[in-house]
Amino acid sequence: MTNQIEQIQVTTTVNGEKVTALVEPRTNLVDFLRNQMELTGTHVGCEHGVCGACTVRIDGEIVRGCLMLAIQADGLEVVTIEGSDDSGEIADLQKAFHERNALQCGFCTPGMLMAITEMLEKNPDPSRQEIREYLSGNYCRCTGYEAIVDAIETVANTRKGA
Amino acid sequence: MKPSAFNYAKPSSVDEVLGLLSEYGDEATILAGGQSLMPTLNMRLSAPALVIDINGLSDLSGISVDGENLRIGALTRHTEIENSPGIAEHAPLISMAMPYIAHPAIRNRGTFGGSIAMADPAAELPACLCALDGEVEVTGKSGARKVAAKDFFKDLYETDMAEGEILTAVEIPKLGAGYRSAFDELARRHGDYAMAGVAAHAKVDGGKISDLRLVFFAVGSTPVTAKKAMNAMEGQSVDDASIAAAQNALEQDLSPFDDLHSSAALKMHYAKELTKRVLTTLSGG
Repeated sequence: MTNQIEQIQVTTTVNGEKVTALVEPRTNLVDFLRNQMELTGTHVGCEHGVCGACTVRIDGEIVRGCLMLAIQADGLEVVTIEGSDDSGEIADLQKAFHERNALQCGFCTPGMLMAITEMLEKNPDPSRQEIREYLSGNYCRCTGYEAIVDAIETVANTRKGA
Repeated sequence: MKPSAFNYAKPSSVDEVLGLLSEYGDEATILAGGQSLMPTLNMRLSAPALVIDINGLSDLSGISVDGENLRIGALTRHTEIENSPGIAEHAPLISMAMPYIAHPAIRNRGTFGGSIAMADPAAELPACLCALDGEVEVTGKSGARKVAAKDFFKDLYETDMAEGEILTAVEIPKLGAGYRSAFDELARRHGDYAMAGVAAHAKVDGGKISDLRLVFFAVGSTPVTAKKAMNAMEGQSVDDASIAAAQNALEQDLSPFDDLHSSAALKMHYAKELTKRVLTTLSGG
């Protein structure tokens, strides 16, 4: 196509901070977050919605950052792994991942943590099977998942007792 | 990869969408939930000049019960449907299918109308809509028209929708007295594309099955209604003999082809196993 493409203004809230930026319509949300917002904790993996490395939260719900355009975040609230980390809401999950060796290379971990956060909000007492089903959209090529499920189970049990 | 450059429009009315569609023709594409479109854009399997984002059309979203029918707006997201008590009550087959559709992050964005319009042969909802005798509402310049689900899915990714039309809603008859549903699918991993799946719906009275619908997906170019197997079960109780008869009849109903995951013979085997499972579920076993 040789037609003229104009940049479009997007105003969104990223990790509690209101931002206004110009984006090309074709810019994926995850590329906007990484390249324009310089929030590189959200990773780009498969770029077609399979691997889950780009998982972020939009108005509280997890979505694929590669399957949404940045302009579609206009007027919405985006939370990335940096925001979840800063707020301290996932400190116990991070600690459990570390202790249980639930990550090796760490590439999938931000997406995993975002998905797990939503899962535990919806279901504070998941079975191992439910954990596996919820995380079926987040690939990990290192751990074999067993340690990840262990870590989540530990956190769910601790939170219940707290 | 990244999408090639395109222009973007976010109309606020269906008329505006139709205007853009008639202006741009096949150079334009509709962006609803984006969970199928965005991968094709990212991989440059399609490169539209204009992406028409219909997420601003709030009238197209929501579930309502209207007399005999359940109406699901095209933009209603899978997660809303999954959590809807109205859907669970009046169209339990749809509720049963929901957890099989991809993953939570996809269901948070993906839309009912998008899944129907996309007509992926491995998708759950087209088969459910056929099993429930649903209708698809399609809107174009001359107004809205309704198409029976069985006439809507024409071929691989091809539907009855003409250029310049958009899908605006789906209607499903409310669950009739004595009717039950069952759903099952086989995939390599939870949430993956089905290797074979089936949506089943029937009247069950005193253990006897009547008015059975068995609609398979991922075994052909479109949802496949297994008429011979359905007929074989008419008036029958579910037992080893009737299951075997239905399974034998499937050989005439289905002509699966090999795909990435399984051979045609394996798909037939899966379809027979799924038939046994859903019939057993329908009979309450």
